[in-house]
Amino acid sequence: MALKLADYKTDVHNDWCPGCGDFGIVNAIQMALAEMGIERDKAVMFSGIGCSGKTSHFINTYGVHTLHGRVLTFAQGAKIANPDLTVVAVGGDGDGLGIGAGHFVAAGRRNVDMTYIIFDNGVYGLTKGQASPTLKLGEKTKSLPSPNTNSNVNPIGLAIASGFTFVARGYSYDVRHLKDLIVQAVNHKGLSFLDVLQPCPTYNDLNTRDWYAGADLIDEAQKRHSRIYKLEDQGFEPVVHYDSEVEINEKLSQALIKSLEWGNKIPIGVFYKNGLVSTYTQRLKDKIPNYLENPPAKQNISKNGHSNTDISKLLDSLEV
Amino acid sequence: MSSVDFTWLIGGPQGSGVESAANIFSKVCAEMGYQIFGKREFYSNIKGEHSYFTVRIADKKIHSNVNAVNLMASFDAETVFRHFDELVSGGGIIYDSDLEEIKTDSVHTLDAPFKERLHKELESKNKPFTIAGVLEIAKENGVKLFPVSFKSILETLSEETENPRLRGLIRMYNVIGVALSLGLVKMPPGSLQKTIESIFSKKSEIAKINQQTANYSYNYATAKFENFDYTLPEIEKEPGTLLVQGFQGTALGKMACGCRFQPYYPITPASDESVYLETNEILEIIDDRPGSTAVIQTEDEISAMGMTIGGALTGTRSATCTSGPGFALMTEMLGWAGMNEVPIVITNYQRSGPSTGLPTRHGQDDLLFAVYAGHGDFPKIVYASGEIEESFYDTGNCFNYADVFQVPVIHMMDKFHASSVITCKRFDPQKISINRGKLLEKVDDGYRRFEFTDDGVSPRSRLGMDNGIFWNTGDESDETGHITEDPILRVKMMDKRMSRLDLILKNIPDVEQAVSFGVEEHTVITWGSTLGPVLDAVDLLKKEGISIGLIQLKLINPFPSDYITSLLKDAKTIIDIEANYSGQLGKLFKQNIGRDIDYFILKYSGRAMTCTEVYDSLKKIVQNKANKREVLMHGA
Repeated sequence: MALKLADYKTDVHNDWCPGCGDFGIVNAIQMALAEMGIERDKAVMFSGIGCSGKTSHFINTYGVHTLHGRVLTFAQGAKIANPDLTVVAVGGDGDGLGIGAGHFVAAGRRNVDMTYIIFDNGVYGLTKGQASPTLKLGEKTKSLPSPNTNSNVNPIGLAIASGFTFVARGYSYDVRHLKDLIVQAVNHKGLSFLDVLQPCPTYNDLNTRDWYAGADLIDEAQKRHSRIYKLEDQGFEPVVHYDSEVEINEKLSQALIKSLEWGNKIPIGVFYKNGLVSTYTQRLKDKIPNYLENPPAKQNISKNGHSNTDISKLLDSLEV
Repeated sequence: MSSVDFTWLIGGPQGSGVESAANIFSKVCAEMGYQIFGKREFYSNIKGEHSYFTVRIADKKIHSNVNAVNLMASFDAETVFRHFDELVSGGGIIYDSDLEEIKTDSVHTLDAPFKERLHKELESKNKPFTIAGVLEIAKENGVKLFPVSFKSILETLSEETENPRLRGLIRMYNVIGVALSLGLVKMPPGSLQKTIESIFSKKSEIAKINQQTANYSYNYATAKFENFDYTLPEIEKEPGTLLVQGFQGTALGKMACGCRFQPYYPITPASDESVYLETNEILEIIDDRPGSTAVIQTEDEISAMGMTIGGALTGTRSATCTSGPGFALMTEMLGWAGMNEVPIVITNYQRSGPSTGLPTRHGQDDLLFAVYAGHGDFPKIVYASGEIEESFYDTGNCFNYADVFQVPVIHMMDKFHASSVITCKRFDPQKISINRGKLLEKVDDGYRRFEFTDDGVSPRSRLGMDNGIFWNTGDESDETGHITEDPILRVKMMDKRMSRLDLILKNIPDVEQAVSFGVEEHTVITWGSTLGPVLDAVDLLKKEGISIGLIQLKLINPFPSDYITSLLKDAKTIIDIEANYSGQLGKLFKQNIGRDIDYFILKYSGRAMTCTEVYDSLKKIVQNKANKREVLMHGA
């Protein structure tokens, strides 16, 4: 029986603030899972800590709510041990780009076939609004005692530099577009990254829904000019088609340049996509030929309650 | 024939082949039927600093090193400076006669505090600060000197074999040292040739040069030196004897018991285990297709631990291997594993702390840290192996405990284990039973991962299993795994998890909790690798008619208070022996049993205990001459 959108929802009470951008992301994930028809018990939603960390409880698949900054480590471990799983990891920008930045970079080097979604709102919401790594230098959101003294991280740029092979940005109030990006990200063979702009209505009074919609950018005809625009609408071509250094460098460079756009024009959509890089599971398969058919999670390790591993050759080599 | 108990020492700069020389020597002696206990000491350095290997060989099972050295093979000056005073009267020093005039000041790797002590000694005995000076002292101590010009050996050999490459090939010095030693003790030469061949089996040209050099040096020693007191003839070899390095016990145990996933971050002295697992990643499986261990080098220990937990959630037996500093980074995740009842094994090869401490030296500093690791109350097992042989079987047990009780298990090992080379009985994988506890093969509707059950352990599904959906969270949770802050549910969940501690004590057999080697008026408690020297010391004292009891604690958390109390009811004096500053096992003993430790024998110099120094301290205790706290110092 085909699964419906409702099948991917749990009845856990959602305690996010009214108007929170996170709702749109959860809806988009559930819509994407339904559209792809992914079996609920073959998918695992990993989450970090913070408001976004609760996401795994709202989605009716396996859900693993991990630790602050560490979501990628749990998720990669599960996917490597059982490559048949569909793995999606989610977390906030503080979680993934502050405390977890080292894991973010290292994950890019591995290219494990899974998806990582960052809920990017510029603040630490659950601890009452401190500056997060994506808040710009000198900006002062409402509960900061003084303007931010740190420069911001560029999530798209960092993902590209770290080796993520699918890098995109979505907007939580464009749920349908976000859903399409999630479907592409999950279908991508390799590590995909989605930076989702997500207004925090409680603590970020700068990057609000109205701000993204350009409520302050009204032209003479009293028309709003949304800051958000779609890369695909401008004919941006993010896909690497040939495994050539020239093409790869060109696609990486244009993505990096695009990632620097901010202010009155903020691009969303796919910045970079390269399906030609070997995934981590392929790299393991090169060393362990039957890894994909017989991965760690599928191996039979005992016979009649005893070890079935034959280590006699190793013992012979140690015997005197 | 009188019994053989002979200690050989070889030293040299790191990178000069000291370790392979010791491997050759150990292997030859083991092939000739002897039992081996070898230990490597080295600096945190890649090339140049002093490293040395002591190999004790005997015709019966031995468990430790002794202080006295019978024969030292040196080919550099530093080894002579550092070890000349460890030789027994009648023992011998092989040294490079071209180095006699070398002064202490020209050996740049001699550190200031050591040099100061040495100069004081030389001054007091009116000797020059040279190799000749220290050798004079050795000679006065009754040590025999065997001067050899290593350079002329190579030159002569180079001419004889018409191989100009050999001249000046100082890489051969280590093999010369081994062969001279074996010649001195008249060990039958065949095994030396065979061993070199097997060690260099993939490089026949190198094997040949080494064999020629060994052969020449062996004959050189037998022809030139007549007066050495010790001979080591071939004796009957016990069939099924392994020559293993410490880390191989846990690594082979992991392969045998079905550990199939090991993420790790490099750290001394733990990484050797992971590297060995990866080197042998493809596994033969009886009546099945090949299996494998996925060994993943991560970006840090936090990631290693996170991946290990992720792997374990898929039902894979998963472990990581680390040392103190790395384990410190893992502790937040340890609590997560405890909260979510995830079976994982952390193999913890301790070294000397605190902080970076003595990164390549021994210590049992982390027992209390392991017991208390992580914030909040959660159940965990801390389990300590005594000897390398038992660490193989203990590894299997640790994975069973993890699966059956659904708790993280910290398997305590240490640097003394990791860099010891010993002979022991061939491991028997068939003795490893595999018990996965309540891990499900099939899930019925209405599954709840943290369901309340009579024994406090819930059936366990795994990620990807049909109908087995569950949620995990580091927050307090309900039976499905969703967050709760309900006070009543919180108490029930805490009680459920913590009840595991009693279940563990009830279900782990006594012999796996602690091993009693006998209880006497004076009884020792110890744990981990310190067991070896204590066993040998107790044995020595027994031969003198002094009976000392010995209890080895293996299950450290939860602490088997009742069992230990009952074991020790007839002991009047309790002696705690361990390699740390504060007597950490003693503290746990006092805390759990309410009984004071009468004497502590402790060592925290970074060097493992020898049976000699344990013997001396125990004797002082029996004779009522000991301090309450005896601190041991032996070892360069």
